Amino acid sequence: MEGKNNIVFPAETLELVKKIIARYPEGKQKSALLPILHLAQAEWRWCSPEVMDYVASLLSIKPIEVYEVASFYTMFHLEPVGEHVIEYCRTGPCCLMGGVEVYDHLKKRLGVETGGTSADGKFTVKEVECLAACGWGPVFQIREKFYMHLTKEKVDQIIDELGK
Amino acid sequence: MKILTEHIEVPGIETIDVFRKHGGYQAVEKALKKMTPDEVTEEVKKSGLRGRGGAGFPVGMKWSFLAKPEGVPRYLVCNADESEPGTFKDHYLMWKSPHTLIEGMIVSSFALGANTSYIYVRGELMYVIHILEKAIQEAYDKGLLGKNILGSGYDLDLYVQSGGGAYICGEETALLESLEGKRGNPRNKPPFPAVKGLWQCPTVVNNVESIAATSWIVNNGGDAYAQIGVGRSTGTKLISASGHIRKPGVYEIPLGITVEDFIYSDEWCGGIRDGHKLKAVVAGGSSVPILPAEMILTTATGEKRLMTYESLSDGGFATGTMLGSGGFIVMDETTCIVHNTLTFARFYHHESCGQCSPCREGTGWMDKVIKRIELGQGRKEDIDLLVDVAKKIEGNTICPLGDAAAWPVSAAIRHFRDEFEWHIEHPELATQPGAVYMRPGASWSN
Repeated sequence: MEGKNNIVFPAETLELVKKIIARYPEGKQKSALLPILHLAQAEWRWCSPEVMDYVASLLSIKPIEVYEVASFYTMFHLEPVGEHVIEYCRTGPCCLMGGVEVYDHLKKRLGVETGGTSADGKFTVKEVECLAACGWGPVFQIREKFYMHLTKEKVDQIIDELGK
Repeated sequence: MKILTEHIEVPGIETIDVFRKHGGYQAVEKALKKMTPDEVTEEVKKSGLRGRGGAGFPVGMKWSFLAKPEGVPRYLVCNADESEPGTFKDHYLMWKSPHTLIEGMIVSSFALGANTSYIYVRGELMYVIHILEKAIQEAYDKGLLGKNILGSGYDLDLYVQSGGGAYICGEETALLESLEGKRGNPRNKPPFPAVKGLWQCPTVVNNVESIAATSWIVNNGGDAYAQIGVGRSTGTKLISASGHIRKPGVYEIPLGITVEDFIYSDEWCGGIRDGHKLKAVVAGGSSVPILPAEMILTTATGEKRLMTYESLSDGGFATGTMLGSGGFIVMDETTCIVHNTLTFARFYHHESCGQCSPCREGTGWMDKVIKRIELGQGRKEDIDLLVDVAKKIEGNTICPLGDAAAWPVSAAIRHFRDEFEWHIEHPELATQPGAVYMRPGASWSN
C-alpha cells in the first residue's frame, strides 16, 4: 500500500507495523494508531495530511479517525518542524529550578520564540507540560533523549553539539 | 525497609539474569505453581495495598470487582502514563528495573485471569518503552511469558503501548479510550472498567507501583506487608522529591515516617538547599492542596504530620492536603506562589480534554486570570473570581481532572491570599524579575 507523494514505510518498518497490529484482537487494529503515528513521525519528522492518510490506509480506518487523534495528543507535530525539536518543560517543578531563565536563554540563543524554528532549520522550540523528570529539572527532550539539570552553559553545549 | 527499590542500584539489574540472582521472579514461581488466583487476590487484600497512582483505592478490592463472565477475555492494563507534575517515580522504577514491573504484571494478571495484558506508557518515555520491550523479550525467552508459563498451564502475553502526550490518559477510562486508538476522553461511569473496560471487556487498570508491589506480597504474604506502615496506610511508598531540597530524587519510604524527617533527614531529602528556608510544600502531585511550612510539618491539633494517607489529609482541605501520587514538591522562600500556581493552572488548561464545559472553560478562565495577576494587570475582584470558578468546576465534571485543576488554585488562595493581593496592589513591585512577596514578620520555618 502506498500513500500520496510516494509516502510508504520502509520494508522493515512495515514488518514492525504488522507485529504491532498483532498485539490486539482481530478487528481491533485501530489500537495500533498511536504507536504507528510515532513510527510515522520518526520517518517523516511531522504528521502531514498525506502521512496521516497513509496511516489510516494501513489500519483500514477513515482519515478523520487519524486527524482527530493526532490533533488531540501533543507529541504529534501537525506543522513542519526543524531537524531537532526541543520540547521544553514549562511546569512548576522545573520552573522552581530556574527553568524559565534557562528557557529564555535557549530562545535567545536560537533567535526564536516558542513554536519557532531557527533560521538554519536545525531547531524547533516547543513548550511542553511536565515530562515526569521533576527531580532532575530543568528538563527538555529531543526525540527520545532527556536532557536534565539544564543550565545556560549546558544548553549552549547541547546546541553547539547538535548544530554542527 | 525497601520493597521495590532494594536492588535498584545493582549494576545490570535491568537484565533478567542479574534480576533473578537478586530474588527476581520468585513470586511468579510461587504464585503460578503453588497458589490459586483467588489466593493471590486474598493476599493482596490482606496487605491493605492502596492504589499508588493517586486515588489510594484498595487494590485487592478493585480486583474483586472484576466481572468474570464465561468466554469473555479479561484484561489487566498497567497505568504508566505518569504525568502528574511533581511525579517521576514510575519513570524511575521502569527505567532502572523494568523486571520489577514485569514480574508484578505476571503475578497480577494470573490473579485476575487475564491472558493478555498491556502496559500503557506515556509516549514521551519512548526510551523507557524500549527498555521494557527488551526486558519483556528476555522474559519470553526464559519461559516467564507466553504459553504455559513454567509448565503451570497459564498463558500470558504482555505488550507495551505508547501514549501520545496527554495527561488526561492517566485517568483510567481515558487511558482505555487511548488504548483503543481514540482521543483520550474519559468515559461516563458506570459502567466501570471492571465490567466494561478495554474493548467493552472486564478490565482492571492499576498503577505501576501498585502492580510492582504485588510480587513482594506474594513472596512474603499480605500480613507481612500490612505490618509495614501505620493504620490503613500500609507498606512502602515511592515518593518523588523535587524542588528546593538538597537531594531531589525518588525515595522509597515506609509509610508513617514524619514529614519533617522526610524533608530534613539525610536519608531522604537532606533538608532545604543551603542558606534557605522552607516556605511551602505540594505533597502529592500538583493537584493536591499546597500547604505552608507550618501546616505541612504539623497538623491543626499540634501533632507531627506523618507521611500517610490519613495524616496528610488530617484537617480536611482547611489545614490538610493529600498523599496523592507522592509527588513531593518543596519550595523555599524564593518561590513566588502566584507564579507557581500559574504554571499549574496553565497545565490543567492545556490538559483538559474539553469534554465537560466547567473544566474546558473554567481551566481557561483560571489560567487567564492568574496570568493577568502575575503580569501586574490583576483586578481586586479577581481573587474571589478565581475561588468562584474553582468551586464551579469542582465536582461538576465526568472525571477528576476538574477537581485536580480547582484544588491547587483554591488552596493557593486559601493559604497565600496575601501574595495574590500584593501582586494586584503593587504591580510595579510584583513584576520585577525574581520578585517574591514577603509576609510581614514572616519567619519561614527552617
